[in-house]
Order: sequence, then C-alpha cells, then structure tokens
Amino acid sequence: MKKAPVNKIIQFSNVDGPGNRTAIFFQGCTFNCMFCHNPETINMCRSCGICVKSCPAGALSTGADGKVSWDSVKCVQCDTCIKLCPHDASPRVTWMSVEEVMQQIKRCAPYIDGITCSGGECTLQAGFMTELFAEATKLGKTCLIDSNGSFDFERDPEVLKNSLGVMLDVKAADRAWSETLISDPGDMVRKNLVFLKGIGKLFEVRTIIFPGRDAENEFTVRYVAEKIGDSCPYKIIRYRPFGVRERYQKLLGEDETDIEYAERYAQLARNLGASKAYVV
Amino acid sequence: MSDALNIIQDPTLTYKQELLALARLGESTDDSLRYSDEYYEAKRKGALCDLNEGVMPYRPRYICPDYELLFSKGCEFLQLDPPRDLLEAVNALEIFYCHVPSITSFPVYLGDLDRLLEPFVIREDRAYAKKVLGLFLRNIDRVQTDSFVHADIGPEDSITGRLLLELTEEMQLAVPNITLRYDPEKTSDDFALACVKCMLKTAKPSFANHRMFVKEWGERYAIASCYNGLSIGGGGFTLPRLRLYECALEAKSPDDFIERELPRHIDLQLEYMDKRVRFIVEQSNFFKTNFLVTEGFVKQENFTGMFGVVGLAECCNFLLGIEDKKKGFGMNKEATELGIRIMEAIDKRVSEHEAPYCDAYVHRYRLHAQVGIDSDGMDDSPGTRIPIGVEPTMLEQLEVNEKFHPFFPTGTGDIFKFEETYIKTPEAILPIIKGSLSKGLRYFSGYLENNDVVRVTGYLVKKSEIEKLRAKKQSLNNVTVFGMGAQDGGHALDRRIQHHEESSC
Ligand code: SF4
Ligand code: SF4
Repeated sequence: MKKAPVNKIIQFSNVDGPGNRTAIFFQGCTFNCMFCHNPETINMCRSCGICVKSCPAGALSTGADGKVSWDSVKCVQCDTCIKLCPHDASPRVTWMSVEEVMQQIKRCAPYIDGITCSGGECTLQAGFMTELFAEATKLGKTCLIDSNGSFDFERDPEVLKNSLGVMLDVKAADRAWSETLISDPGDMVRKNLVFLKGIGKLFEVRTIIFPGRDAENEFTVRYVAEKIGDSCPYKIIRYRPFGVRERYQKLLGEDETDIEYAERYAQLARNLGASKAYVV
Repeated sequence: MSDALNIIQDPTLTYKQELLALARLGESTDDSLRYSDEYYEAKRKGALCDLNEGVMPYRPRYICPDYELLFSKGCEFLQLDPPRDLLEAVNALEIFYCHVPSITSFPVYLGDLDRLLEPFVIREDRAYAKKVLGLFLRNIDRVQTDSFVHADIGPEDSITGRLLLELTEEMQLAVPNITLRYDPEKTSDDFALACVKCMLKTAKPSFANHRMFVKEWGERYAIASCYNGLSIGGGGFTLPRLRLYECALEAKSPDDFIERELPRHIDLQLEYMDKRVRFIVEQSNFFKTNFLVTEGFVKQENFTGMFGVVGLAECCNFLLGIEDKKKGFGMNKEATELGIRIMEAIDKRVSEHEAPYCDAYVHRYRLHAQVGIDSDGMDDSPGTRIPIGVEPTMLEQLEVNEKFHPFFPTGTGDIFKFEETYIKTPEAILPIIKGSLSKGLRYFSGYLENNDVVRVTGYLVKKSEIEKLRAKKQSLNNVTVFGMGAQDGGHALDRRIQHHEESSC
C-alpha cells in the first residue's frame, strides 16, 4: 500500500486556503529556501542518531535496524530534536496510508470546507495525493495543493484532476537571485505559473518581499503580475525572521519587512493588472 | 462590623448594587422555608448549591414575558397602548423591561428583538431606524446594567437583525447578551457570517441550535440569561445545582457513586426544588398579583424548574483516580464515557420525578448545565465542560460537547477563543459552527483573543471594567465583579486559543 511521510496534520486551519480546512503537511522538500520557517521539514531523517539521546521524554529510539523511531504518545512537543538535527530533518514523521489520512479527514469532515496538502513539498507525494483527493472529493470536500512549483504539472497533470488548483510560491523571477534564495534557478516554477494559469488551476500566487531588496522584489512582482493579471489572488507576504535559520538570518536581515514597504509592491502589482494583489 | 454596614461601606458598589445587596440581606432574615437535615448537611459540604437564590423566593428566577402580547394588546398596568411606530415600540419595551423581575432584578429576556421590531423598522428610513435602535441599545446598556440581560435574533435575516449587529459592533457594549437562533434552512450563510463577524468583534451573538430547541420547547422558546432555554410566556422557577465533584467525594467507586451517592443527592435537590416551587406558586405574591401574570404576559403552567449540574469533569476524574487533568475527562475515553453514564443516570432519575406544577412539561423539571460562579474556583468546571487550560484541540472539544449538549434543554454551552488572524477569516469559523450544531451541539459561543468585551463563563464583561474594580472603582455593570472572580479563581480567560491545531498523527 502507498504510504507517505506526514510531518503533521492540522485539523482546523484558517490560513491554508479559503474557509476552514484540514491541512496535511508532508515531510521532504525539493528546494532549500533561505527564509524557510520550518527547515526541519526539508529533508528525510538519516537516522544519524544525534537527536535521540537529547529527547527529554524518551520518545526517540534507535531500532535494531538502525532506524530512528518516534513515539507520538511519549513526545511532549518540546522541539529539542528538530533544533539539534544537523540535517534539516525531523524524527517526528509518520508514514501513513491514504486510508489512515482519510480517517483523520473523515473526522474533520463535518466542520471543514476542504483539505490542503502542503509541506515540505507535497508534490513529492503526487501519486499519494491523487488518491487522497479522489477520496476527499467523494466526501464533497475541495482539495488544494500548496506547492513551491518544482513539480512538472504539465507532464503529470493527474493530481490536478480532483483539485481546485495550486497555491503557488513564486519566490524569485531572476535566475541568479533564485539560485541564491532557494538553491534552484526556478525555471520550473515559472513554467508552472504560465501552465497552471492557462488551464485555470492557478488558485493563488505568493511572493515574499525582503527588506531592502528593491531590485529583486520589483523584478519578481513585475514578472508575476504581468503573467497572472486578474486571474487569481496575488498575496504579497512580508519576510519575518522568526524561525529562520540563523545563518540565513544574517544574509536576509533580522528585521521584518514593514507593511508600507510591502504595500508598495502590492500597489505595483495592481498597477500592472494583478488586481487581486494584497499584503497579508 | 455588621453585614449591612459592610455593604454600605463598600466603595465598589453603586447605589443600586447596594440596594440589591441589602434586599438580599433582608430576605435572609426569614427562615420559614425549611428543608431536611440531610439537605443542609449536603449543602454545608458543598455538594448542593442554591446559587444564592435567597431563602424566600418572591419571584421565579427567570421570567420570559410574551412581548408580542404587549405589542398586540398593550399593558393596562403600565398604561401602555399597542405601539404604532418604532419610537413607541422601543419606548414601550424600555418601560416594560424595568418591571420584569428576576433573580438579579434585571430582565433576563428582552424578546426576539428582530421579529418584534421588524414591522416598525421597515416603515422607517434606515438611518432613522438605526438611530432609534442605537438609543434603544444604549438605554438597555445603561439601565439594565447586568450581563445576564439577553436578547434573541434570527433564525431569519432581517433589516432589524442587521442593524442590531451593526450597532453592536459600533457601540461595543457588554449588555445585552445576544443569541442567534441558527437553523440551517432558515438562516442564510450571509446572515450567519455577519453574526460571526460581529462575534469576533464583540463576543456576541452566540449561536443556538434552533432545531434542537424547537423540538424540545416548540417554536416559542427563549434563550435567556447566559444561554438558558425556556418558554416564552413562562420561565424558570428556580435553579439549584449539584456540584458533582463534591457529590462524589464519599463514593467508593464509580458504581457506588451512580447507585448510591448520586441518587441521594439528586433526591435532596429535588426536595429543595419542590419546596421552592410550591412556595413561589402558593405562598408568594408573584403568581397571584403581578401584572405579568394577571395580564397574561406569563402563565404559571409555562414555568419549569431547572435542575443544574456543575463539575462533571472533576467528578469523573476523581472517581477514576485521575490526577492529571490533561489525561482526564475530555481527553480520556474512559472518563468521558463515565460522564455519559452519570448524565444518563441524572436524566433518568430527574425525568421520573413528578414535579409540582410545571404543567406544560408533563410535570417534569429540565436539566441545566450550570455555568459556574466565581466561588467555584478550579474545583467544579462549568456544567460538563472540559476544565479550562487543558482543553484538547477544538475538534476534540466539540466532539465531547456534542455528546453532552443534548441532555440540557434549559441550557448549556461552550466557549471558544480564537486567535487574532480569525478576524480576517470569519468564513473559516462558520463551517465549524454549522458542523457542530448539525452534530448535536446546542450552543456555541466564541470571542477573539485581545478583545475588550470577553465572555467569561456565559456572560460578557469588559476587561477594562474588571480593571476598574481592581482599582477599587465602581463598575456600572452588576456582573463585572463575577468576571473578576472567575478570572482570578477559575482562570476563565485563559482558555485554549484556537489557532493551529495539531493532531498527533
Ligand atoms: S519534540 Fe523531539 S525531543 Fe521533544 S519530546 Fe518530542 S521527540 Fe523528544
Ligand atoms: S532527525 Fe536529524 S538528528 Fe535525528 S536521527 Fe534524523 S537526521 Fe539525525
């Protein structure tokens, strides 16, 4: 049976798409973004064992096979393990089948509008998601994909079938800046932006505005605004240093983007035709 | 120092609050209404509580007048003709409210305001109607200075309902408490959403499960005081409560409790209720001479006794020897199931008891999950609620509530505190309310973290008013002092905040 690494499931979320949604966060990501707030979701655990002894609750152990395992009942959610992990991974991951995830969704079903898959990068589990969405759709729930855009949707459009669409992060439009920021030139992201818009599956786009990065911010916002027009909401997000890994905080700054500065870019986007641009 | 002197020297009491405290003191000088020795013993141990109703009931605890009758026939005693326009209508209500007694001496039910006023509002221009309703609300807030004063709206959308919501947001008043009677077929999403938005800004309205109440009471029911279901044209005679934790202290096991200690305490409370109900009907003046009765605004047969309970969570935890509340009632299947067994036992015994009067309810009392009083501290959580501070995720809390709410026709409810981002996403709250009501929740209240008007255990207070009392200044609102007590003793404002709910998967 198909299983996927689940970092966590949030039963009721008001920030992962419209209405009240159950959000499923998968472990593992295709990028390594400097500003990531949940860097422990980037890689899969290598069972190096470093975190095991430091767990104050005895929730971590190394099995006979050398694999590190996690006991969700004993865990007190102190986050010591993820702070210690040198590999941007987490031991708190559960491999779940579609059926197991659906059990949780069914419980939430009377109270939610739909579900959202996020991460990490959820498209690493595209096959799993396709099955999950088919099941959730049977319950009358809408399905959204929250993606960094590294997945080739044009080649594998199956996952979009039962989905309202993709909430796409476009972090940088310039290749060099993209390489610095997310350790990827971002060609696929830009391709997806155009492709998803073309087939009506672009649900929303998000761009983070960094303090003092006038040229980079403007280039990305212009690029996105011209491509999407008024087809979907464009969320302008302020950079916040909270939770960002220290080494990157030094590069990106320790201040959050102030609201007036972010507003300038929302205005720019609206001027360029992205009428649904706003700061969140 | 005498009690009377204490009262008149308390710098935090307004004149009217002093007067009410002195009246209460006067009432307590009589002891003609007597109960059995066992009753007094249980009361002394804290297993039974009379909610300071006073030893000589001279009016029913809660009265829900038929305001439609006032509008169709007028009131002879108050020399009021049926109102012909909006001004006359609100004026008649304002006058009438001042003559509706209750346990607090303030009217606990102001009527289904939208339904009552809509015929007058639609004849006026919107701005004028809004001005009149604004003054009406101001009058209520400053004259009926008690947060147990309650108005109902819905289930249908109306201009009056919308105006009341708008004004509630603009004026940020603690009084009156407001309930939307929610029916998935009659209440539009748009109107319900307007109510959610208002709730995030003002902690009201709350949402009542209209279908559930109609099934039990018929269409003519009121939500009064905190969240109390009662008949319009009737009310509640009395509301004492079993403090279940204290009731359990002498039980040797869960079975022993259910077979012996629980029935014993239930019977003592029934004895108390029977005697009080008889006294109110047979001895006191109210049902003989009060204009509300003689002119038909209430009928004695539409009253019932409210059988209250508190502290189910602590009772179950104690009986099962659970010391860590985090692993107890609400989070622990065994404890929650014991809670259901206990409630079934209470429900059965109370419904087998033939109550005096209460004709409209085949001579039966009805259960009430009492909301707690400031002196309960952390020993007895309100009704069947999960103790504050250890609430599980919102989903789990709702699921537990859904099991218990059907037991309580005369009222129960739970309160959910939302984190600030929800102000931007009210549409994320509506499905939660709709889902839970459809699954058997009776009553849903919510408020936004960091608002000034907050819901304490059932009623609303302004945090800024609590601060006034702390500074030894007077607060116009009668219940601010309860709010302070509940905040200090019961940590009532520290309930879990709904933001990112994680399930251990
Ligand atoms: S968060 Fe990590 S370190 Fe802390 S108790 Fe859980 S497993 Fe152990
Ligand atoms: S979570 Fe990180 S530190 Fe812990 S065993 Fe896995 S890779 Fe090592």
